[in-house]
Amino acid sequence: MLSKRIIPCLDVRDGRTTKGIKFINNVDVGDPVEMARFYYEEGADELVFYDITASSDRREIMIEVVRRVAAEIFIPFSVGGGLRTLEDMREVLLAGAEKVSVNTAALLNPGLIADGAEAFGSQCIVLGMDVRRVAVSAATPSGYEMVIHGGRTPMGIDALWWAKEAERLGAGEICLNSIDADGTQEGYELTLTRMISEAVSIPVIASGGAGTPEHLYQVLSAGRADAALIASMVHYGTYTISEIKQYLHSKGIPVRLTW
Amino acid sequence: MSIVAIIDYEAGNLTSVVRSLKALGVEGRVIKEPALVKQASRIIFPGVGAAGRAMANLERWSLAEGLREAYEKGIPILGICLGAQIILDFSEENDTRCLGLLSGRTQALRKAAGLKIPHMGWNKVKFLQAHPVWQGLPADAEYYFVHSYYPQPAASEMVLGVTDYGQEFPSVVGRSNLIATQFHPEKSGRYGLQMLANFLAWDGTCAE
Repeated sequence: MLSKRIIPCLDVRDGRTTKGIKFINNVDVGDPVEMARFYYEEGADELVFYDITASSDRREIMIEVVRRVAAEIFIPFSVGGGLRTLEDMREVLLAGAEKVSVNTAALLNPGLIADGAEAFGSQCIVLGMDVRRVAVSAATPSGYEMVIHGGRTPMGIDALWWAKEAERLGAGEICLNSIDADGTQEGYELTLTRMISEAVSIPVIASGGAGTPEHLYQVLSAGRADAALIASMVHYGTYTISEIKQYLHSKGIPVRLTW
Repeated sequence: MSIVAIIDYEAGNLTSVVRSLKALGVEGRVIKEPALVKQASRIIFPGVGAAGRAMANLERWSLAEGLREAYEKGIPILGICLGAQIILDFSEENDTRCLGLLSGRTQALRKAAGLKIPHMGWNKVKFLQAHPVWQGLPADAEYYFVHSYYPQPAASEMVLGVTDYGQEFPSVVGRSNLIATQFHPEKSGRYGLQMLANFLAWDGTCAE
């Protein structure tokens, strides 16, 4: 049976992680490569790097991080943040990432998904979606709206429509982030996750709100997610990946227990 | 000199295969020329993407013939993902005539309620016979898959491992000096690397 994936997300700015494990003496908590290796050895099923470097002329720093990570860890990882063109995608993939994640650029230019899928294969193209709950309206019949710029700019585009459209264009996977739940550590947005996951046939990674292993259980069962993104709950050492997986296993969720 | 050839037919990114070999202390050579394929002492045949275009590239660059020769000579060959599919006679994907190293067809995964296509993520493999390439790997090890089609050899003895995803499908196929995995050993963590190391040490015979 296919295992549900547990995916730590690392935010990287100018080649350094912005949140770090505080409790491990021998890990450089700011070094994304060391953190990647740590999570790889801890049993992460995949990793996500999000480059929050402000300017694109600093991209070379991130590419170097990707190269170093690829030389040391042998599980899939994706890179997102500020990728706007096919050339941006190609650079990251050739540096060793398995997948690229596009968000704002895809919303502004949906052709980027189709072009990326054509050039590199659908399995490489992850659509990142930042979504917030809104009143049901003609423009947003699902009650969920796409937002960009970290939630500050509403787009007036229905989230459910966009998920299906992105699948049609060739996205291979969706990373679905709830702006309402993000940072709360009070649990994933289950209604949203289930709605999107049941509407598309490609895998959906739930993101935003994870605080306890119980939250992962909820989103991987009731929420119908195929994978769960985690950040603070492991970055600050509150839980280990192994503890989370043991908990999920005890609740009957298939997870990879041997690595 | 011993050459580990990684066949490049513009079907996806080969850097992860190159890097995983490097982690094992082996410099793989990414090769596009049929003449060099013939000199290889060992061949890795990876690939992602669609069968139609992949076969067109292989034929255009005369790599198909090089692969057939290598197979007949007994050179150890490891197919990965698309490389495990187009070694059969035919693929349902784009209705493509394929290499025919093994007889059989590549088929689409059956759609079923609640099952996502592609089959993407970690899953187990039930190995059906002992083999040097998976010697020492634990039975509950999982491997990274991403695919919508799978190889179905004509004869059951060419099915070497199976995986459960709504249906039980062949995830490792092969015969004599050819082994092919539907999953990606180069992205399957420590056990995937172990499998690659085993392949690099394998003499191409199935004797235990």
